Amino acid sequence: MEQKTKVHAEEGKQELLITREFDLPLKLLFKAYVEPHIVEQWMGTKVLKLECKRHGSYQFETTDPQGNKHGFNGVIHEFFPDRKITRTFEMENTPFTVQLEFLEFEKLTDSTSKLRMQIVYRSVALRDQMLQMPFAYGINMAHNRLEDVVKQLR
Amino acid sequence: MNLRRDVFQAIADPTRRAILFLVATQSMTAGTIASNFDTARPTVSRHLKILTECDLLRQEQTGREVYYHLNPEKMKEIADFVEPFRKLWDDRFNKLETIMKTYQSQS
Repeated sequence: MEQKTKVHAEEGKQELLITREFDLPLKLLFKAYVEPHIVEQWMGTKVLKLECKRHGSYQFETTDPQGNKHGFNGVIHEFFPDRKITRTFEMENTPFTVQLEFLEFEKLTDSTSKLRMQIVYRSVALRDQMLQMPFAYGINMAHNRLEDVVKQLR
Repeated sequence: MNLRRDVFQAIADPTRRAILFLVATQSMTAGTIASNFDTARPTVSRHLKILTECDLLRQEQTGREVYYHLNPEKMKEIADFVEPFRKLWDDRFNKLETIMKTYQSQS
């Protein structure tokens, strides 16, 4: 089966491309990016602010299972309904610097649509680090689980 | 984590990537590998050393010759390292799709 979400990260480049085809009409896909209560549901975050307009800004806050709060924010540079959002994205209180995101929405058929998300990082090293984060996280989780199992054996 | 970073440094170099592709089809001696490049023999040896150190290449002694062959397990690790990142986005988008389908049927 072909994967619906694709990640294209060319070696040595400081950008990556995420593409996804949705079983949703374009208008509904775009709505999921604009309506705060919908964004909250699928992003798993609290939306403190979301101004969908040129020079608008947004602020999200996520609480992890340990109860720690993580802030995310950015500025919207371009906003064309059902077509395009250009924005920055920043994770607060992390060594990662701001990234630039180009989101392009496209109608495929009356009931399907496509999202093309290009993310540009400050450096190649930073991009690779971001790509590896879920991987590293997964390894840590596996280690933690292993630790738990070993502890129970004692 | 250091070793892992070395693997990515190893494949960041175009000559080293070319070596990996070359050896992927069949095991080769250092001499045969070097004959495929204009680069000086010691330079190729240095590349081979790096690729062997991070386990992308394995050495095999056959008689008097040392053959280099690809370690497919290690190569697979590189191919897979983006997968958790892809999965993260895939899960997120699946959720979006489900939520909006419900939304669509409600309105």
